[in-house]
Amino acid sequence: MSSEAYPHLDGNAAAGELNRIFAFDITATEGQCSNCGARRRFAEAHVYMKCPGIVARCAGCGHVLLRLVNAGGRLLLDLRGMTYLVLDKSQFQDSSG
Amino acid sequence: MAIISRGFTGRRSAAEAKLPPGQYLTTDFPVLSAGPTPHISLDRWEFTIDDGSNVLKRWDWKSFRELPSETITTDLHCVTRWSKLGTSWEGVSLDVLLADLKTDLPYAMFRSYGDYTTNLPVKDIINKQAWIAFKYDGADLAPEHGGPARLLVPHLYLWKSAKWVKGLSFMPHDKPGFWESLGYHIYGDPWREQRYSEE
Amino acid sequence: MAGTAVLGRVTWRTATVVGLHDETPTARTLTLAVRDWPGHVAGQHVDVRLTAPDGYSAVRSYSIASPPSADGHIEITVEQLPNGEVSPYLTEEVVAGDELELRGPIGGWFVWRSDQREPIQLLAGGSGIVPLMGMIRSRLLTNDAAPFRLLYSVREPEAIFYREELEALSAKHVTVNYAYTRAVPKDWPRPPGRVDRDLIASVTWPANLNATCYVCGPTGFVETVADLLSMAGNRREKIRTERFGPTGERK
Repeated sequence: MSSEAYPHLDGNAAAGELNRIFAFDITATEGQCSNCGARRRFAEAHVYMKCPGIVARCAGCGHVLLRLVNAGGRLLLDLRGMTYLVLDKSQFQDSSG
Repeated sequence: MAIISRGFTGRRSAAEAKLPPGQYLTTDFPVLSAGPTPHISLDRWEFTIDDGSNVLKRWDWKSFRELPSETITTDLHCVTRWSKLGTSWEGVSLDVLLADLKTDLPYAMFRSYGDYTTNLPVKDIINKQAWIAFKYDGADLAPEHGGPARLLVPHLYLWKSAKWVKGLSFMPHDKPGFWESLGYHIYGDPWREQRYSEE
Repeated sequence: MAGTAVLGRVTWRTATVVGLHDETPTARTLTLAVRDWPGHVAGQHVDVRLTAPDGYSAVRSYSIASPPSADGHIEITVEQLPNGEVSPYLTEEVVAGDELELRGPIGGWFVWRSDQREPIQLLAGGSGIVPLMGMIRSRLLTNDAAPFRLLYSVREPEAIFYREELEALSAKHVTVNYAYTRAVPKDWPRPPGRVDRDLIASVTWPANLNATCYVCGPTGFVETVADLLSMAGNRREKIRTERFGPTGERK
């Protein structure tokens, strides 16, 4: 269980930053990987936080699903790695219950 | 306006040092990565130089390690604001790798095992400005820090010093690599604080 | 209003430390009074931001250990990490009356809501117990919820968080089993070791009960245990995970 073997976290760790952009809870949202077609909850994505941005990768094939950069006065978001997101309309309510 | 946390200083050292603007001195060596650590066995490792169409040069680990190498002591500046001074490396200069290579193409895209890329002007990787480093602090470069070999271009932000490097492709025009394509500066000079792209 | 609720999750709020309680020699629970706290669901976390006088700041995520309550107070449990930058400050420096900034609550997947009726399997590695304790405490405030099982893996008995509270739990509500990886208590029937297939088979809900499983802890623990649950027949969509860093930190 060395940091070398498992340097990633998961979608939950990125939620604080992604909440600045999405009006819904990203962790419960399902996304389809544009590389392998796997559909998984974003919470299960392998997320790399310790870099000049946030990088989320498909837990199955490792393809980059999403990148977020906090570039001073702007936030840049690359979503090319997901063909689509599936949102439960109930997620548009506040997730604080 | 952030609340100042009483008594919090973080991990930084208090030493006075000339740092690029906006940087903090650190004494440890943070590991930053955009993906899993690739594990490349030395018998499969290669470094390839191409011009987009043709392979111009290729080394395997054995032939790479037969090239003349040198030790470099230098400072590292990461765009995430930490700087580490006086780090010691051993590597092969890009001047050696590019010797007797003729190309008019003024830019290079470095490629790594995994999917990381970073772009550099060729004039920034010649004349003792860049190395392919395989030792850090006297020991073999650890995988988490880019081993078996990484690019080292200390005059630019550390994201340009691609870990797990496997080659470079010459290009006629500058094209953004992994981070340059999402808001980071195309060049990245820490002394002019070129962290982010302007547009 | 949905709009203000959304902005509420994103804004940094002031939290005042109103209580401190040592869980172990290296872990401390902080009780925080949070201005305008909107409430939370068990399993959610907060981001805590510390700022040095020169403007340097560090942000870390901490799971909420306390159940939902109306008084605007939440609890987080922080483990001091050997090379930590923030955890030594929170476990040693902070005193009652200090202010922190925090943002949240965050997360909508790794949560347990009291309207869930299926059996629940909780699996904690080290400090991964924190959000799961939030779920247990939330469960105890609820009538008619399905039974919980907890498998809590720690290095040694001294590393257990919330020990008295866990010992006091009635098996009617929550069955607790421990795994020790380095040192076991006196007269423990098994030698120290990691969670393995046999342990999963003997103490977790059988897969045919379709329990929702929550696995939390260092990334390596979560990857291993999630695989074991899958091999034991639990469907992937019934296994929810939250990874902390290799030594328990997030970020």
